[in-house]
Amino acid sequence: MPETMAPPELELRRKSVQYRRRVLEIIKHAGAGHTGGSLSCVDILNVLYNRILRVSPQTFSDPHRDRYIQSKGHSVEALYVVLADRGFFPESELWTLCQRGSHFVGHPTRKVPGVEHNTGALGHGLSVGVGTAIAGKLDRADYRVFVLLGDGELAEGSNWEAAMSASHYRLDNLTAIIDCNLLQITGRTRDVCCNEPLDAKFEAFGWEVRHVDGHSIEDLIEVLSYRPEGRPLAVIARTIKGRGVSFMEDVAKWHHGVPNDQEYQAALAELDAQAARLEEVAV
Amino acid sequence: MSAPAGDMFSPAARAVAAEMGLSMGRANLEVFAETLLALARGDRDLLVVTSDSRGSGKLVGFGQTLPDQHIEVGIAEQNLVGIAVGLAAAGKRVFAVSPACFLTARALEQIKNDVAYSDHPVKLVGISAGVSYGALGSTHHSLHDLAALRAINNLDIVVPADNVETAAAVRAAAAHGRPIYLRFGKAPQYTLPDGDGPFEIGRGRILAEGRDVAFIATGEAVIHALQAGRALSAEGISCTVVSVHTIKPLDVQLIRRVAQQCRAVVTVEEHSVHGGLGEACAAVLMQAGIDVGLQIVGIADEYTLTGSQADIFAHYGLSMESLAQTARRLLIARDKGRRHEPGPGNRSKHVSHESDPLQRRRPAHSQSRAGAPPALPPSGMG
Repeated sequence: MPETMAPPELELRRKSVQYRRRVLEIIKHAGAGHTGGSLSCVDILNVLYNRILRVSPQTFSDPHRDRYIQSKGHSVEALYVVLADRGFFPESELWTLCQRGSHFVGHPTRKVPGVEHNTGALGHGLSVGVGTAIAGKLDRADYRVFVLLGDGELAEGSNWEAAMSASHYRLDNLTAIIDCNLLQITGRTRDVCCNEPLDAKFEAFGWEVRHVDGHSIEDLIEVLSYRPEGRPLAVIARTIKGRGVSFMEDVAKWHHGVPNDQEYQAALAELDAQAARLEEVAV
Repeated sequence: MSAPAGDMFSPAARAVAAEMGLSMGRANLEVFAETLLALARGDRDLLVVTSDSRGSGKLVGFGQTLPDQHIEVGIAEQNLVGIAVGLAAAGKRVFAVSPACFLTARALEQIKNDVAYSDHPVKLVGISAGVSYGALGSTHHSLHDLAALRAINNLDIVVPADNVETAAAVRAAAAHGRPIYLRFGKAPQYTLPDGDGPFEIGRGRILAEGRDVAFIATGEAVIHALQAGRALSAEGISCTVVSVHTIKPLDVQLIRRVAQQCRAVVTVEEHSVHGGLGEACAAVLMQAGIDVGLQIVGIADEYTLTGSQADIFAHYGLSMESLAQTARRLLIARDKGRRHEPGPGNRSKHVSHESDPLQRRRPAHSQSRAGAPPALPPSGMG
């Protein structure tokens, strides 16, 4: 690879395209999945697992590892795909998604290597993250805890109980990332139950808030590398649901839509074209 | 907040306890707090998490003595359970303490998903359980908790009866490698006899053995069953009394055995008649094909009477006198080979007749054929 010509973080950009392709492949194979939300958080997971988190299959039982809790559990396909790429389990196991007897349930479970917490019901992950962050403080450990939330998920009141505790205990080892794609299953989050302005809400709850383009690898690396002092960090990542496939982008019906054969081929063709463009730029 | 406590024991019941040599101990809640502090002194990883419930949980002293081992989350039960899970995931031994009514209803989904399904060995402690809060009303009663939690996979349920069982249960829970729920009240308890062995999770304790009636009881209702058994023995009715402190996993073998040895079974619990120990026993006995008269004594499925814990126990048939009466009726019905009349445990006519399909189907004239029980000695309840 000619490094001098390469765009920044070419390797991770390649991975994002590959991850999106694999997400679609396993959802198509399973005949089920949360397509839109998985595509929206792929770049966040990519950056976390390839640049930020100090965790690997070898260190997953290390008490000092960094933790990632995916509170928006429905976007499980993105998580499984990234964990497979990081070597937590063989890629071949991805094809058992939602199959009879598989550990690869349609929402994260700890039976899958690399998954920290079972999620799927919304509004649970942040409290669990607060608990583990408090334990880190008690043990004077230096690990960080990351929790991924959906913007629609923030209607669950339990998030705000957790948000209060996080600032009360000055958990600067805790980062909440809001995958803010502005859509939920019914439609626009703004229309279903408006939670704006999110930054002012988190600030009022005692958090430091940063905004980021949730599809910019470079910006995500920068913001997720930042460690606040004395208070938790909320990263509001502006994303596009269905990102990477033009006809799925910002369309609520793709929340858990499974592409038909024609749509599937069209989606793969778009992703393959994106991959080819990356290689052209690289050369 | 509290309401008048009332006297849980009639003079006759106190006389029976005295005759048995039973001494009055402290509230199980106090023993819980004392045991937890003793354990925590030697274990920095043992933490207690409260939701503005340190006072109710008698844990003020714990927080003062070991401030680094006490996490306060405020009035937020969902957060209480979630944080407890996060701490446990980081290797802590965590007791999450809150009134049973709030803990097991408000945070039920956290218990189901974050504790049980995610398999973190959090120790959930439901304090002031059942109708401990008496006249404070149904918001503060937990008559659903055993039913709700029994249906959740991977959660053990322990309801200690007295101070001895409580101390043992707290120690066992601290070392338990699985999710567990402990439940107890706040009224002082008599100390029960030693029975047939020490406390062990999953193993019921036989406190008395007889051949006529088996009282299968749990938690702070056990003492009333024990007193009823003793009172009946004076009439020549011999009774088995079992403390089924572990609701799950249920000691199925013991329940089968004591039922087979008797002619009638009375289950007793400070819980709704639906979904608790009684229905669990009924399922065991029916599926084992054990033909025995059975009465489930608990709180009827109705708008609960307003009153002290003692008032509610007496009204729904959980007092010594009522339990003895229920047992007599069951034996009489059994001996006549007829279906028994509802006992005082189901004294709400509306509920018992509505909910009992056998009674609904019975022709009107058969009510008299079923026969009223013969004259009975005064119940002593005034």
